[in-house]
Amino acid sequence: MSWETVIGLEVHVQLATQSKIFSGSSTAFGAEPNTQASAVDLAMPGTLPVANEQAFHYAIMFGLAVNAEIGRTSVFERKNYFYPDLPKGYQTTQLAKPIVGPGWVDIQLKDGSHKKVRIHHAHLEEDAGKSLHEDFHGMTGIDLNRAGTPLIEIVSEPDMRSAEEAVAFAKKLHSIVTSLGICDGNMSQGSMRFDVNISVRKKGEEKLGTRTETKNLNSFKFMEEAIKLEVERQIDVIEDGGKIIQETRLYNGDTKTARSMRSKEEANDYRYFPCPDLLPVVIDDATIERLRETLPELPDARQRRFVEQYGLSDYDAGILGDDAAMAHYFEAVVKVCGDAKLAANWIMGDLSARLNSEDKTLADCPVSAEHLGQMILRIKDNTISNKMAKEVLQGIWAGEGDPDTVIDRRGLKQVSDSGAIEALVADVLAANGPQVDNYRNADDAKRPKMLGFFVGQIMKASKGQANPQQVNDILLKKLTELL
Amino acid sequence: MHDKTLAQLSAGLASGEFSSVELTRHFLDRIQRLDATYNAFITVTGSEALQSAAAADARRASGDAVHPLCGVPIAHKDIFCTEGVRTSCASKMLDNFVPPYNATVVENFLAASAVVLGKTNMDEFAMGSSNETSWYGPVKNPWDTGCVPGGSSGGSAAAVAARLAPAATATDTGGSIRQPAALCGISGLKPTYGRVSRWGMIAFASSLDQGGPLARTAEDLALMMNVMASFDPKDSTCLDLEVPDYTTNLNDGIAGLRIGVPKEYFDAGLNPKTAEAVQAAIRELEKLGAKVQEISLPHSGLSVPAYYVIAPAEASANLSRFDGVRYGHRCADPADLRDLYMRTRAEGFGDEVKRRILVGAYCLSAGYYDAYYNKAQQVRRLIKQDFVSAFEQVDMILGPTCPNPAFPFGSKGDNPVAMYLEDIYTIATNLAGLPGMSIPCGFVDGKPVGLQIVGNYFSEARMLNLAHQYQQVTDWHDKAPEGIA
Repeated sequence: MSWETVIGLEVHVQLATQSKIFSGSSTAFGAEPNTQASAVDLAMPGTLPVANEQAFHYAIMFGLAVNAEIGRTSVFERKNYFYPDLPKGYQTTQLAKPIVGPGWVDIQLKDGSHKKVRIHHAHLEEDAGKSLHEDFHGMTGIDLNRAGTPLIEIVSEPDMRSAEEAVAFAKKLHSIVTSLGICDGNMSQGSMRFDVNISVRKKGEEKLGTRTETKNLNSFKFMEEAIKLEVERQIDVIEDGGKIIQETRLYNGDTKTARSMRSKEEANDYRYFPCPDLLPVVIDDATIERLRETLPELPDARQRRFVEQYGLSDYDAGILGDDAAMAHYFEAVVKVCGDAKLAANWIMGDLSARLNSEDKTLADCPVSAEHLGQMILRIKDNTISNKMAKEVLQGIWAGEGDPDTVIDRRGLKQVSDSGAIEALVADVLAANGPQVDNYRNADDAKRPKMLGFFVGQIMKASKGQANPQQVNDILLKKLTELL
Repeated sequence: MHDKTLAQLSAGLASGEFSSVELTRHFLDRIQRLDATYNAFITVTGSEALQSAAAADARRASGDAVHPLCGVPIAHKDIFCTEGVRTSCASKMLDNFVPPYNATVVENFLAASAVVLGKTNMDEFAMGSSNETSWYGPVKNPWDTGCVPGGSSGGSAAAVAARLAPAATATDTGGSIRQPAALCGISGLKPTYGRVSRWGMIAFASSLDQGGPLARTAEDLALMMNVMASFDPKDSTCLDLEVPDYTTNLNDGIAGLRIGVPKEYFDAGLNPKTAEAVQAAIRELEKLGAKVQEISLPHSGLSVPAYYVIAPAEASANLSRFDGVRYGHRCADPADLRDLYMRTRAEGFGDEVKRRILVGAYCLSAGYYDAYYNKAQQVRRLIKQDFVSAFEQVDMILGPTCPNPAFPFGSKGDNPVAMYLEDIYTIATNLAGLPGMSIPCGFVDGKPVGLQIVGNYFSEARMLNLAHQYQQVTDWHDKAPEGIA
């Protein structure tokens, strides 16, 4: 039997504001527990929230970037439930009147096709604190540093039909919010968290199947794994004659397994109502237009520009233009070296490989765009060969200095002095009389293949520093003279 | 000294007739001698008060310009957070709670160098009209210690009536300033919603709560309002409007002032003797040149039911933070999280608070929200519209503050609805966000009666002017209960 998967996403994005959404506390990650929690964040009696204007601006920027309507009157509501890391006993969020209304984004799939994924809405809300279960011997610690960090929760329509589409959509959102600069995009620190709603139905059927929600996926890889696992599980259950229960599930990326957290029957009644401490926020045209003018270039437009301006392939432009940090790095390298193709190759090749192998991002890349650009210039002016450049890159990565310093210190300068190379060629030919004889006696057709031996010997004699092109040219000239 | 009004005490300090330390000692001494009878204070901050009195005296002695309330002792309702001083909201839940911050209202008095005698008793979390719900026991009405002082600001009202403090701060969510003012024979003002900052004022029902003063005279209320009213960026519902000097226009005439008397406020539920006293007061104002006409507030009868949906709904969320996790009462040896929540809240809250949390949670729950919360909000808009229409015809609306004078303890204890109906004339102004006042206008069976004045938004100065003019030709506000000497 043939099954169709239906996926919708709820994405929590931490906004990169300096202070929290309703208090003046810092939002910086990684501070000592409860050092960034004020009386407001602790929900001390009598404290009151004041909405952070920047959070609204960021949310509006997101709305504009996903072609959405902006909620002209935006209302905060209280979502009531008890949990130790939720100090007020309610979360201040939006329900009936969110800041961002319906919108859409375009995703590109591996086969090159495009698809529109609709966004139902996105709303502003506060993050909760964290419950710490380790280190407390049967007790639970509460860290309220995160409590009150501004979030937008983006809710998609159930428009995705595979794990690939869901991941492409998630990556698209990641690239949009990082390009906008409204989120640092750091998924391992929880800056973006994904909840995935999954159901399956028989191909051709209109009615949606019962869905489950897998919560708090914090990497694209886990998201893909979790979706595939859950789809398989649902199909197995149904094919075995069972029924899918509406429930919340948790995926464990280490064990590659998922388990049920709670079923719908146990779901809370959140008793939403408008927060009387916060008045409705009215967004006027002028604010929207002002923010529209400040929008940076978005990934789709940037990728188109990279193809046109730099002559990159769609594939290269897709990779280099998708991520804001990557795009900035690429353009900075091109600015120094003036060669987009080489810049693209080095960034997507050796540099990315090294970053991946050391689990680093461009943000903490030891090779600056300027240095990479200078290194490419040295390839172009024949100071170093491509092969030497790989070694130069290692040197820059290791902190040995700028490209010229590394070239100097490691003695990697290519020998392009034709007199020196002629001498080397002469030495090698003189030392290898039998091979020279063989060359002379061989057919014209076989001779080119025999050049490799001499080139190898010459390069070895030059300790790899001879300009290979010059070696080739001079060798051929000398051998032809001997014929 | 305790018979003097706030204005007279301010003048006495300015003239050097007495020092703030002398004055403060005098009131502290009275509290020590008499408050065992009234139970108006939860916490008396004697040593802090004497310290700030000495500092105030020094400030005056230095010759620098000082605020009129510099060195004048007052009391704060125990709903306003005071840094370093226990703020209980009259609940076992917060019996051990010492805030690390001041309410903006408290800060404002500190800035004026006023002296704080202590924190006054109240209904638990301001939920009550009799002060019987306090964890620290009921407050006695100085006019009849067998009767309630009203609530929820009963401690502040009794303290002023018994001359334990010349004035006190209070809050009014559904009559909690005006009703105790009426029952204790003093003056009280609930300002326009948004005039006084709610920062640091422990929330009962956020869209209705408003801080305001209790004192003996309208002039004293004006002095208090000059300190209490401020724009506060920490309270998003606070209005950024210039604060007038509320004393400036006290002596203006009121000739031509259009007074509306709502016929709905003189219904069958009103004690006929209270009605008589209120009518007499209105006639007195007519003599001063006010033009009186009957008006109608057709949705008045719906204010109590609407209030008892909206206020508990907001309270049910506002009181969720009292969970035993971060501060306040925590049950002993909780077995698990659920047990911690259940026993902490079961032990920490009194019956009336629990009743309102339950009612509020019910009104907001799935399937009931539209029938209760939404409907109540619609009614609230109708009630507000009643007033907006009325203020197209008149400048002030006058009537009784409450249907009856002070009632005996326990007389409404088993009937919450009868208790709720004591607030029938005061609640509508909270729903509409309007300013409301109560001033003494007579006695029924030896117990004070309050005249309620409701003004248009931000017309507090004009209301105080009207009340002051009334107090120039009457002496109800000068009457003192027996047995307070």
